[in-house]
Amino acid sequence: MSYALEIQGLEKTYANGLQALKGIDLHVAKGDFFALLGPNGAGKSTTIGVICSLVNKTAGLVRVNGIDIDQNFPAAKRQLGVVPQEFNFNVFETVEDILIHQAGYYGIPLKIARERIDLYLKKLGLTDKRNTRARMLSGGMKRRLMIARALIHEPSVLILDEPTAGVDIEMRRSMYDFLREINAAGTTIILTTHYLEEAESLCRNIAIINHGEIVTNTSIKNLLRDLRKETFILDAREALPQDLAVEGFALNRIDDFSLEAQIEQGQDLAQLMSQLHNRGISILSMRNRENRLEQMFVSLLEQAS
Amino acid sequence: MTAYEQYIALLTLMRKEIRRYTRIWSQTLLPSAITMSLYFLIFGSLIGERIGEMGGVSYMEFVVPGLIMMAIVTNSYANVVSSFFGSKFNNSIEELLVSPTPNHIILLGFVSGGVSRGMLVAVIVTVVASLFVDLNIHSYLVVVAVVAMTSILFSLCGLINAVFANTFDDINIVPTFVLTPLTYLGGVFYSLELLPEFWATVSQANPLVYVVNAFRYGVLGVSDVSVGFAFAMIGAFTLVAYWYAAHLLRTGRRLRT
Repeated sequence: MSYALEIQGLEKTYANGLQALKGIDLHVAKGDFFALLGPNGAGKSTTIGVICSLVNKTAGLVRVNGIDIDQNFPAAKRQLGVVPQEFNFNVFETVEDILIHQAGYYGIPLKIARERIDLYLKKLGLTDKRNTRARMLSGGMKRRLMIARALIHEPSVLILDEPTAGVDIEMRRSMYDFLREINAAGTTIILTTHYLEEAESLCRNIAIINHGEIVTNTSIKNLLRDLRKETFILDAREALPQDLAVEGFALNRIDDFSLEAQIEQGQDLAQLMSQLHNRGISILSMRNRENRLEQMFVSLLEQAS
Repeated sequence: MTAYEQYIALLTLMRKEIRRYTRIWSQTLLPSAITMSLYFLIFGSLIGERIGEMGGVSYMEFVVPGLIMMAIVTNSYANVVSSFFGSKFNNSIEELLVSPTPNHIILLGFVSGGVSRGMLVAVIVTVVASLFVDLNIHSYLVVVAVVAMTSILFSLCGLINAVFANTFDDINIVPTFVLTPLTYLGGVFYSLELLPEFWATVSQANPLVYVVNAFRYGVLGVSDVSVGFAFAMIGAFTLVAYWYAAHLLRTGRRLRT
């Protein structure tokens, strides 16, 4: 199998003695939409920093599309587009200048750079901001500018470190659509995020990192399959009876019109609905109490520590 | 990167650097013209008339090359130190570090900004100087060579300073406490012949002595040191500075964690 990213035994110990990465292994297939999750200080940004050369690794091997960064880092860098967590452009430059400069650093002639700038500004809804200085952009616009900048040399692997932080819901959804579109066109996307629903809705595979170690590395589907218990909130049409007992299900009253039901893996939701109906309880709506992936995430981190 | 792609990257950096200082010309180009006019007026015209000759020429003629060179040194240095540190401060240096642009192109790009500003200021100051004294260039070749080498040397020094700087105060420490004293003690305003033997010997370690005297030779045909030796020293200082700046970029010291 050919990988967009291969990491073997990656270690990073900072000058102050902090061991940020303790020999992690990670494989991301070409064309994948991959999530790297972890709490603050887990090692996500350090991993990305090593891949894109902002952090010097202590030990280990990193290959981007089969190119070893120790053998030919410039060729590996050409494959990568990076959207960092913090804004890292000169805010006194215009949007166009920032993109022209970035294209130039990849050896792209001005004419081609301008064509690509037209394309990506349009796709990311920034066309009318072309001649605006970056400091005048909103947080969401700055975030989209960084995505346009990362794509200007048309990399095959796009790494996004918390790309939707500070972006409103509407803009986040349009950003999701755009990322899905470029992933469908063949770009491998690696995403770190704190929004776990973001990983669940966008990504196919996932690695969870904690204290510099990979806790799990699997598909989102497999991960959710392992989830044994889910909690649902059910809203009733009429006031609930005092006695809520239903055979085989754990139910808790939240208020007169809402109850909480814990569904174990293998239990049938339709059976619960049927039993509630038989008791004269009519359900109007139902929702997850919390993100399923978030439950899994917390559970895995608890197990690891 | 292919040679053509490296050329594009270099052009991009040069364009960016030149646009940066021309956009803020009132902060980067104008001050030198005003400061040097005052130097010419006070040291050359007013005080100089009472001093008489130095090094076989009028005092005004004697100080002009040193003052032009002082402008080149400070502007080359200031351009690179402020631009590179600014990029570090707002993290936009990461745009370059994550790109495949080779370190020598990054170095050349920033240095070309410093060199072009140094040369532009040299032209401005020379025009101002010509209002005070008739300048007859002794050797254009020496003038061009020493201006180019000096601006490269001090642009490299500016970059080294910027790599180590953590705050904006740090980029002012070297110009204030090192560069300015070296400039004043580098024979801009006096001939080394006036110094006691001990201090004249100590002055040999000052790179400004060589750039000022080599330039003065190019303009007036007079110098306190051998021009060939001066060029050798400037070349040696430049090579050491280039090697060290390249080493800093290669290892990523203070740039990569």
